[in-house]
Amino acid sequence: MEQFREIKLSRRDVLIAGAVSASAVAMPGANAQTAANAPAANPEPVKVGVSFNVNGKDVTLELDTRTTLLDALREHLHLTGSKKGCDQGQCGACTIIMDGRRINSCLSLAIMHDGAKITTIEGLGTPDKLHPMQAAFVKHDGYQCGYCTPGQICASVSVIEEIRAGMPSHVTADLNAKPQMTVEEIRERMSGNICRCGAYSNIIDAIKEVGGVKA
Amino acid sequence: MKVFTYQRATTPAQAAQTVARTPGARFIAGGTNLLDLMKLEIETPGALVDVNKLGFDKIEPTANGGLRIGAFVRNTDLASDPRVRKDYAVLSRALLSGASTQLRNKATTSGNLLQRTRCSYFYDTAQKCNKRQPGSGCAAIGGFTRNLAVVGTSDACIATHPSDMAVAMRLLDAEVETVRADGSKRTIPIADFHRLPGNTPHIETVLEPGELITYVTLPKPLGGVHAYKKVRDRASYAFALVSVATVILPDGSGRVAVGGVAHKPWRVEAAEQQMGAGAKAVADRLMAGAKTTEENAFKVPLVHRILAAAMQDAKKA
Repeated sequence: MEQFREIKLSRRDVLIAGAVSASAVAMPGANAQTAANAPAANPEPVKVGVSFNVNGKDVTLELDTRTTLLDALREHLHLTGSKKGCDQGQCGACTIIMDGRRINSCLSLAIMHDGAKITTIEGLGTPDKLHPMQAAFVKHDGYQCGYCTPGQICASVSVIEEIRAGMPSHVTADLNAKPQMTVEEIRERMSGNICRCGAYSNIIDAIKEVGGVKA
Repeated sequence: MKVFTYQRATTPAQAAQTVARTPGARFIAGGTNLLDLMKLEIETPGALVDVNKLGFDKIEPTANGGLRIGAFVRNTDLASDPRVRKDYAVLSRALLSGASTQLRNKATTSGNLLQRTRCSYFYDTAQKCNKRQPGSGCAAIGGFTRNLAVVGTSDACIATHPSDMAVAMRLLDAEVETVRADGSKRTIPIADFHRLPGNTPHIETVLEPGELITYVTLPKPLGGVHAYKKVRDRASYAFALVSVATVILPDGSGRVAVGGVAHKPWRVEAAEQQMGAGAKAVADRLMAGAKTTEENAFKVPLVHRILAAAMQDAKKA
């Protein structure tokens, strides 16, 4: 936590300060409501320590057991790139890469990931040195409102790796052959990331370019 | 989400004992279904026992030519395993047709078997649901039933089992190995693992309190042409309206299991004797006694048509 305070938070400073104070106000309110529903048995929140590596930095947090990985990243580490869309694993906006694999950070408890290596959109590239997938999204206009974009980009990076590693998908014709880098494969593998603006065709163009799909 | 304590299991027997002895305790592995339900306070465990560090994350050959799958092997790893792709393609296909890669990267073999229903009346806490609150009634009966079960239902529940993987496991005659709270082990045939709803739809499997799944074992490969055909409202990332898993041998005999129609993966071995008489004969036997509504009556002919397509494909293969 303290280590992350050192991170330069530039243009989001005001927004973050707002979010922190909002959550500080919200927490007692939520507890009061629970207490009203079940006045007799309202156990105190349980805190557990967890350490993991986020974007190359080791962090140690003391968290309420109920904290999702997404909330730990956003509310505790102030890495607000990963977005909370549906908060139930349906939209993919919270997609991050953990130990080399993409997951929905909203459907995972932070305390379960002691020792994990986590990469969020903030860890893929920087404004000065974009990850090739970030650059391709910019070039092909792979977004409109941008809310789903961090999840789309983390998923896209993983899709390329998964195809190259030979992992099959629902549309892979021959399970015993190496899957091909095709639009059909990319579309199937991106189905866990929803874009409400409908920027899909440009997103596919960006991934095609990075993946080296012809035509 | 309700407050809960958290501990990491040290051995399977210790984990089983802890969950059996602690009121309201649950195991957590991938958590992709449990956490979702905890946020909605449909599941309200007071204690979570994290079993992820117990191992059981490998796929190993068995002495009689089958595969022993660790309970916490992730769906992605199971679907991608070269032995599964070659010898149990129906299992790989079923897994790949379910959820998204993000979810499959977390979801485990045992957790997939233990998924709760996606019946919207189960999810909506303002509705009556015998599964969520035993004895409260079933708002799904007489409600919107398009996605719901048509065979093996009861007056208490018409929910379906949502898993694709479990349908393939049922087809392949998998066995579920467990450790119980007293440390003893047992093996449960998949046919006996999931229960029909009857009057107790909240009891979904034969597992005892605290009983922990350690392995799911596949018998030796069947050969033949494997297929998992899933019909759904989207081309990807949606639960099945109806899915049909098949293994069809060169002589035309084979096995059929159906998803999206019942409280458990649906297989009627006697129906498979009709393979020679064609898809209609098999489907009629499979779906005999179906109780449908105007909204879900389509599922019965759909089973026939998907099976006919699978049998046609097998002839060409």
